[in-house]
Amino acid sequence: MPVHLPDSVETAVVHLAEDPAATVLAGGTDLMVEVNDGRRRPDGSLVVVNRIPELRSWRRDAAASSVTIGAAVSYREIETGPLGELVPALAQAARTVGSPQIRNAGTLGGNLGTCSPAGDGLPVLAALDATIELSSVSGRRIVPVGEFMVGVKRNALLPGEMIVSVTVPLVEGWQGYAKVGVRNAMVIAVASACVVLDRQRQQVAVALGSVGPTILRCPDAERSLASSIDWDTLEVATVALERFGELVSSESRPITDHRSSADYRRHAVGVLARRLVRRASSSEVAA
Amino acid sequence: MTHDSDHYVLDVNGAPREVTDSWLGESLLDVLRDRLGLIGTKGACEQGECGSCSVMVDGVLVCSCLVMAAGAVGQPIQTIEGVAPVGAPTDVQAAFVEAGAVQCGFCTPGLIMAVHDLLERTPKPTDTEIREELAGNVCRCTGYGRIIEAVKQVSVARRGRPS
Repeated sequence: MPVHLPDSVETAVVHLAEDPAATVLAGGTDLMVEVNDGRRRPDGSLVVVNRIPELRSWRRDAAASSVTIGAAVSYREIETGPLGELVPALAQAARTVGSPQIRNAGTLGGNLGTCSPAGDGLPVLAALDATIELSSVSGRRIVPVGEFMVGVKRNALLPGEMIVSVTVPLVEGWQGYAKVGVRNAMVIAVASACVVLDRQRQQVAVALGSVGPTILRCPDAERSLASSIDWDTLEVATVALERFGELVSSESRPITDHRSSADYRRHAVGVLARRLVRRASSSEVAA
Repeated sequence: MTHDSDHYVLDVNGAPREVTDSWLGESLLDVLRDRLGLIGTKGACEQGECGSCSVMVDGVLVCSCLVMAAGAVGQPIQTIEGVAPVGAPTDVQAAFVEAGAVQCGFCTPGLIMAVHDLLERTPKPTDTEIREELAGNVCRCTGYGRIIEAVKQVSVARRGRPS
């Protein structure tokens, strides 16, 4: 079978158009687990996308106040570089992905391609209202992340299409990500949450991972907190914060599976969301 | 650039190594061990959790079990065999012996790769940094105390030498 190592998106999409059974390979950290386990065997051509400069780089757009992150930018680059300072919640999420070896290989685009409800980068993209740029031989299109993620490991990619980049608005205010797992390293999230406090627009965004078929936003909790938070200090009265946590829990839709129970997950996302909001008005940081 | 999935050349430890009769999807770990005879790299979990198969690909530390070998064409690969010749250990290898950080030895090649990478990027790591950076390398018998001790020994010793 042919193994293609294209150096541009334009070449890559031609390969994808030529072979409907082609497999797109970025970091391989999801795909190879399935291949090693015998659950998946690539049977068409392989299109390796992690050598494409456009996918390997990121850029800040000062006019639009956003950053565009190439699909093959690794979690390591997000965690440790200047990109992490621009989008701190994404850096925090990146730091919780697997191990250094996994973060060196795993990519943000790969997280979107797999589209697991436990993907650590995804709640951050959802809370920030990121947009995803897709490409095929028919051209490029931009999809809001909320429309891209359609279900458990299902996304809006069409046959022959690939993920090019993610554009994330830069937010003035506070943002954070937290997750619960059985230990600190090398865990898949049992429950996760991202909170974004947009001081300029006085808007709150909350997105949850591992508590629904895909990433969930919490419109009721968001409205409740936006009206009760002190937008200067980001402090919230205890009663209002309790209420916020309850709304987050009630907006989650968890299931019981081999990793945890629905009850625990529902409780945990409420705790995580409250903890993040408390972190916003204090000097407390994740250890 | 396009090549065939069952016949390609990998750049391993500075030398071109021909791989034939490989199947698409074969991991770099399996190609290194079973086709190229480089058995210093160990395999255990095959899902990126244990770190025993850690190698450097294109200058970054990765789990070779999660690298599709056919996709690594053109990228420099360094395995434990390429770190130092037998009989001439690196400072990290010597420190592992000195600190008693090797018991059964199965995790050791992966850890040596990870520690070299860690000290290249962070010459003076804190205990927390050492623990976080080595979180992807599981040891089940030595315990991590002596491994961390070995890392610190190298860090201190390197500071004393002229740069």
